[in-house]
Amino acid sequence: MAELLDRLQRAELPAAAQAFRAEVKDFIAREMPPLGADVRARSWMGFDAAFSRKLAARGWVGVTLPKAYGGAELDAFRRFVLVEELLAVGAPVAAHWIADRQSGPLINKFGSEAQKQSYLPRICRAEVFFCIGMSEPNSGSDLASIGTRAVRTERGWVLNGRKIWTTNADKCDYSIALVRTSGLPADRQAGLSQFIVDLRLPGVTVRPIVDLSGDAHFSEMFFDDVLLAGDALIGQEGQGWQQVNAELAFERSGPERLYSSVVLVDAWIRWMRRNGQIEQHAETLGRLLAHLATLRQMSIAVTAKLAAGESPLVEAALVKELGTTYEQEIPSIVEAALGASPGQPADPELLRAAAYLSHMAPTFSLRGGTREILRGMIARGLGLR
Amino acid sequence: MFAEAIASLLQDRCTPQAVRAIEQGGSPAALSAALEESGFHELLAPEDAGGGGASWPDFHRVIELCGAHALPLPLAQTMAARAVVRAQPLPNGWITFAPWLVREADGSLRAGQVPFGRTASHVVGMAGDVALLLPVADARMEANGVYGSLAASLRWEPDAGTALDVTLPAARLQGLAAAIHASLLSGAMKKVFDLAMGYANERAQFGKPIGKFQAIQHQLSVMAEHVAAAAIAAEAAYHTEDQGLPAYAACAVAKARTSEAAQLVASTAHAVHGAIGVTEEYDLQLYTRRLHEWRMADGSETYWHRALGALCVQRSDALFVDLAREVFA
Repeated sequence: MAELLDRLQRAELPAAAQAFRAEVKDFIAREMPPLGADVRARSWMGFDAAFSRKLAARGWVGVTLPKAYGGAELDAFRRFVLVEELLAVGAPVAAHWIADRQSGPLINKFGSEAQKQSYLPRICRAEVFFCIGMSEPNSGSDLASIGTRAVRTERGWVLNGRKIWTTNADKCDYSIALVRTSGLPADRQAGLSQFIVDLRLPGVTVRPIVDLSGDAHFSEMFFDDVLLAGDALIGQEGQGWQQVNAELAFERSGPERLYSSVVLVDAWIRWMRRNGQIEQHAETLGRLLAHLATLRQMSIAVTAKLAAGESPLVEAALVKELGTTYEQEIPSIVEAALGASPGQPADPELLRAAAYLSHMAPTFSLRGGTREILRGMIARGLGLR
Repeated sequence: MFAEAIASLLQDRCTPQAVRAIEQGGSPAALSAALEESGFHELLAPEDAGGGGASWPDFHRVIELCGAHALPLPLAQTMAARAVVRAQPLPNGWITFAPWLVREADGSLRAGQVPFGRTASHVVGMAGDVALLLPVADARMEANGVYGSLAASLRWEPDAGTALDVTLPAARLQGLAAAIHASLLSGAMKKVFDLAMGYANERAQFGKPIGKFQAIQHQLSVMAEHVAAAAIAAEAAYHTEDQGLPAYAACAVAKARTSEAAQLVASTAHAVHGAIGVTEEYDLQLYTRRLHEWRMADGSETYWHRALGALCVQRSDALFVDLAREVFA
């Protein structure tokens, strides 16, 4: 058996994580703002700073960070449960999402003591929001080819370049940017470093990108002679690539790679029940259930590896590829079903939810690494490359 | 421990040559005796009753290996029958399941496409919620005519068989039978994946192994995803429990997910292999023929999707994520 498949071992959520679920459900029942299915369908792209602060007040932002810095020190399993419950109802979590999942753990792992003390408590209070700065106009899937550059001067680092497809940069306070500090794009992974960029510094311009649904979740960031203090560098100069890779296992394996469309299934079921159509689509529902139950087992298997301190990049890629395919199937199936009874048109809220997800579904297999890149990673994991 | 023991036994005795011979009507006696002597029939029986004391997860690992070796005997069903029927002694020999027995208008009993019907000596069947032990020797057998298939349809006179002292709704045995085929499918898919990987690394075209071509790599990556999904779905079913058996909804997911993957895995393996894969002399066909047969055996994904859909309909006020979670809870 291929070693990769042997490494994806079934695992269980520990009892403590199971017990935690009731607390989360209770919180959501009390604090979740009343939102229509079409708004909930934004899922982890929905930005609501007030809701993030409520979660933070409950101790649930920066959940895996140490208590010394204001974190909740939850294990990866309890974070899985928290995330799962929030996504199941389409809670607007985008404001704190990136800091909770990636930026906070990155600073905690590679940052200096001063950086930890400065940023982590503010992340945990949902006072500051982070975005990622990886992609560039000509460096998306070919991430190692990035050209944005920081040059060390007597005054500090001077940053020049441009980042794109940054989620919610216009609403964030900081971006953690992967930039070149030595060499040329031809040098690939060598010479890359990560910086915390204060998005209010002179020389930073953020331009939201309006998408086909009329939303503007993505942004473009321009850096023109932005002067960064010496302590903006995270970790070691030239180690950016290795640091980014540790981050990506967190990004790719979570429930957000399975649940982006799940709110639509619930809305669709409610509508079918009202219209007496649910029996007609029972087989389709059963298939969706079989896939989700299985994907969830796979996601928990990767979570167990993260909990054990491993960096299961290839396993996470495998689950993400399958998971995003599932996320993309749901709006396609629901659209076909809604159009199958022209005499009973869907109500506008359900129609808007289905339309939003159909419009945006192509991005599900782009964000966090494209399908083609992930298949290449899996092939490498199988020993074919 | 159990898995290692059966792996080496199957490696030695259940060779592709032996499987081919039995499929073509040869006697399974030698292979049968080797398995019986090793005590595998009693794998699930408690240790104090002279059994192996294996758990359901142990059982799953053993059955996966049976699938990976295309074992032409119903070892899994025999072991499971002995675990389900504890109150009375079962006959020696090979037992298979027919959990969808149909009582015809004239009272006769019909079981369509019984897996291993040609190599089993007895059938444990469900006529409604009544469990029956039916000797294959008393049945009229209709081979299905599919090349190499060991399945057969069986028909018994109205008074055939003996009632078993088992209180078991038919659905429970249906779920267990399906879960067994999920494990067999998972094992066979792993084997097929290994064959495809081996071939991709070995077969050279245009001056390099075909596994170096991105188009082939992506096919194998997708195949790996589905083999992994099927394997975890099958395994997870055996970690659930409802009155001593794997839970019904979990069995449903296991069979639905493995059956759905089987088609993709079989066709991808053949695509990677090119024409050699469909020849009688090459071993791939031993497993891909089974993938298609087992996909349908004890309910295809269509059957089990409907069963799960019925569960969604009953619980249509629950969050979909909660339903998915409860399946393997």
